[in-house]
Amino acid sequence: MAAVVEQVSTTELRPAVAGRNPWALAWRRLRRNRIALAALILLVLILVLCLGAPLYAHNIAHDGNVLSPNLNGTTVVHGKVVPVMQEGGGLLKLGETPIGPTWDFSHYFLGADNIGRDVAALLLYGGRASLQIGICSAVLCCIVATIVALIAGFFGGIVDAILSRLMDVIWAFPVYLLAISLATELLTHSNGLQVGFLHVSATSLWTPTVIIAFIYVPYVYRPVRGQVLSVGTKEFVEAAIAQGASNFRLIFSEILPNVVSTVIVLLPLMIATTILTESALSYLSVGVQPPNVSWGTIISDGQDLLYTRPWVSLAPGIMIVLTVLALNVLGDGVRDALDPRAKLRVR
Amino acid sequence: MRQTTSNKPYLARRRTMVGSLAGLAVLAMAAAGCGSSSSPSTKSSSSTTAAHAGGVFTILANSSFGVADPAQNYTLEEWQLLIDTHDGLVGFAKVGGLPGTKIVPDLATSIPLPTNGGKTYVFHVRRGIKFSNGQVLKPSDFVTTFERQFTVPGGNPGFYSGIVGASKCSTKGCDLSKGVVPNDTNYTLTINLTAPDPELMDQLALPFAFAVPANTSLHNTGNKVPPGTGPYMWKSYNPNTEAVLVRNPYFHVWNKLAQPAGYPNEIIEKYGLPVSDEVTEVENGEADEVWDGDQIPSDDLTTLNSPKYASQVHVNTLTADWYMALNTQRPPFNNLEARQAINYAANRSAYVKIAGGPSLAVPACQILPPNFPSYKAYCPFTTGPQTVWSGPNLAKAKALVKASGTLGDKVVVNGTNDQVGTELAEQMVSDLDSIGYKASTQLLSASVQYPFIQNSSNWSKWNVAWSAWYQDYPAPSDFLNVLLGCSHIVKNSDASPNIAAFCNTKIQAQINTAESEEATNPSAASALWTTIDHEDTLQAPWVDLYNPKQIDFTASNVHGYEWSPQWYILIDQLYLSK
Repeated sequence: MAAVVEQVSTTELRPAVAGRNPWALAWRRLRRNRIALAALILLVLILVLCLGAPLYAHNIAHDGNVLSPNLNGTTVVHGKVVPVMQEGGGLLKLGETPIGPTWDFSHYFLGADNIGRDVAALLLYGGRASLQIGICSAVLCCIVATIVALIAGFFGGIVDAILSRLMDVIWAFPVYLLAISLATELLTHSNGLQVGFLHVSATSLWTPTVIIAFIYVPYVYRPVRGQVLSVGTKEFVEAAIAQGASNFRLIFSEILPNVVSTVIVLLPLMIATTILTESALSYLSVGVQPPNVSWGTIISDGQDLLYTRPWVSLAPGIMIVLTVLALNVLGDGVRDALDPRAKLRVR
Repeated sequence: MRQTTSNKPYLARRRTMVGSLAGLAVLAMAAAGCGSSSSPSTKSSSSTTAAHAGGVFTILANSSFGVADPAQNYTLEEWQLLIDTHDGLVGFAKVGGLPGTKIVPDLATSIPLPTNGGKTYVFHVRRGIKFSNGQVLKPSDFVTTFERQFTVPGGNPGFYSGIVGASKCSTKGCDLSKGVVPNDTNYTLTINLTAPDPELMDQLALPFAFAVPANTSLHNTGNKVPPGTGPYMWKSYNPNTEAVLVRNPYFHVWNKLAQPAGYPNEIIEKYGLPVSDEVTEVENGEADEVWDGDQIPSDDLTTLNSPKYASQVHVNTLTADWYMALNTQRPPFNNLEARQAINYAANRSAYVKIAGGPSLAVPACQILPPNFPSYKAYCPFTTGPQTVWSGPNLAKAKALVKASGTLGDKVVVNGTNDQVGTELAEQMVSDLDSIGYKASTQLLSASVQYPFIQNSSNWSKWNVAWSAWYQDYPAPSDFLNVLLGCSHIVKNSDASPNIAAFCNTKIQAQINTAESEEATNPSAASALWTTIDHEDTLQAPWVDLYNPKQIDFTASNVHGYEWSPQWYILIDQLYLSK
């Protein structure tokens, strides 16, 4: 009895621990994961660099549009005016070779591409497009997949069967084949994509965004639906039902907050996947359309210059690797932070 | 014929037309080409042939030419091999340079003059010639040859649609008994036409008209090429791996100008390597030629500029046009001033750089290419003298756009999505933007793009479309009528070569006159073709970009290089040092 009294009094003497919400705990866990934090910093750095593209581009002595061909342009290297496209040497003078890296931040830092454009400027503007498409398509995909999964998982029965089979049909197509088919179809419509009042022009960045989002919906739908099915049987949901909560409230107030962590864990991984997909589609010329550029289109432009001007392909390749690596590491960190069974604990 | 931006001959078509200066060449060369198989020159050259003969000549091509049936295939890639394995009644002289555009008798003993008002030709077929399967060549073999042009799906019956009875032919059946009349006793073949056709000899010299045995299936033979009479025969063809040609044991020389004996014992064309790897293999002597239709990447061009390869690299100007067709059926380019404006604005030196620089392309303004019959230099869309393009005239272009009332219009530039195609489209977008249009690209794979832009059902989807045209044979109508004639707008068809859908009735009347005058007054016809070329150019249905040149890269042990404007590299006339 004395021991019990002693225990109670000890408890009463401890200072009260401030209650923390799960997101604050997750953020705290994430901050303690140095590798994930480094990945986040790298991502932010890449993002800032790409957003700052005009600061670099304004230096380039061109017609004002760094994405336009500049085949007859000139630039100054070591005080000497040189053509951006240089005629081949030897007796035959075959081919035109773009200028190589000047390593000068004011112009042609990484040299020029096949049509005389500044590769560094393309890299930054291309990064904008790649990141925009990657992030937007992943977010769009996750939103659509979550809504469909909530409906399918909550209502079950015939609704679930129809929606799940529909997702299976999309999943059954090879991802790239489906994307290429959709892109080719949309590109041959001069009016692009028209759904009700929504209009996306064929050459808009939203065309690959929508396509990529669409093809990956089943990949997010599956785990989220599983989570919805699991959460739907929990006691707090049954309690809400017993209290007479509407379906809308059950879905969005009871179930959604409990599956959103799954979506958040998936998001950075999906962004990495969509960036890779965008690059692949653009490399195959069915993603970002000229005059827009993305890292994928720049790699494609540089493939004939791998020996003479390797930076044209290497630079966007490195950017893709760094971005995807950072996203994957960050994704792992987010998962660890949101997973209550994670080894890393808040003390 | 059309080729892709990667310079790969691509299935194309054209239809029958009349009127050609080459017809004159036929007459001019007739006497020279009528030599028999036992001429002294043949004797003396046979020792040379024997000295150089032997070896296996290996060509590396990025991809194959598709289905091999000669009645269907319309690619330079197969034609370069077919001219070594098959023969027609007549043929283009198998020699380098301009003489290579002359027509000489091949399986016929001479080139006949037409009778019956230009509608009947009687050919005397050579005796004693055998197919590679040992079967003796007979005039009746040609009936099958011509009927197959109509019964094999996807063939090009347009070339021979003027033969009597052809109008009723289809893939279901064909009866040319009144149009192609053989006499196996007298060894004559009579061809009856519904109307005079001065270009008939050109058309008969194409591989479509090469003789195949009478018992050849009237259906597509797929990748099995029927026997021919040339110095080589097809041993095998697999579009995924290689084509192998070996010597035809029954071949003998009957007219050296038309069909000389070949030097290599075997010709192998291998498929599937990237072009840069092809270049490396030829550099290392592991293969003998990079197929001339494969576009050599920029990286490798830098290597080939080395003096080390000077004797192995051959550059030749092609009679071809690379152009942007302007859709004359919808705004803004249904307006002449708008069409002329973009012609003034087009920065042709930029396009030339995309093609690989001045050493690989020449800026062009007009329809007919240089070194072509009736060509007379003309370039109204430039700043300097109106003969040679010297620079864009943006001020004039902007004024014309303003006058046309099309300023600010949206323009869709259609092109192929390969490297060069993309770059050409981007430059065109830049040129259009520079004069106040809002241009965007529409890039499709080459196999989709060409039928897409030809089909009238897609007219509403594009305004400017890239295309290229390589001569089928040296006749002005092959450009001026086929590509810009009113009758070559075939609605709702994927085979409508007048991509701009340009039809000017006044010019069409002149084309008709020129064609009819070909036979009666060739010099007047020639002058009229020149006028038509200039008038078409001024109507600006295209933005002519440049006339391309072609690179042949051969190994250091390859000799005897000859380049024919008709067939390009003459493969079997190359020999290997021993």
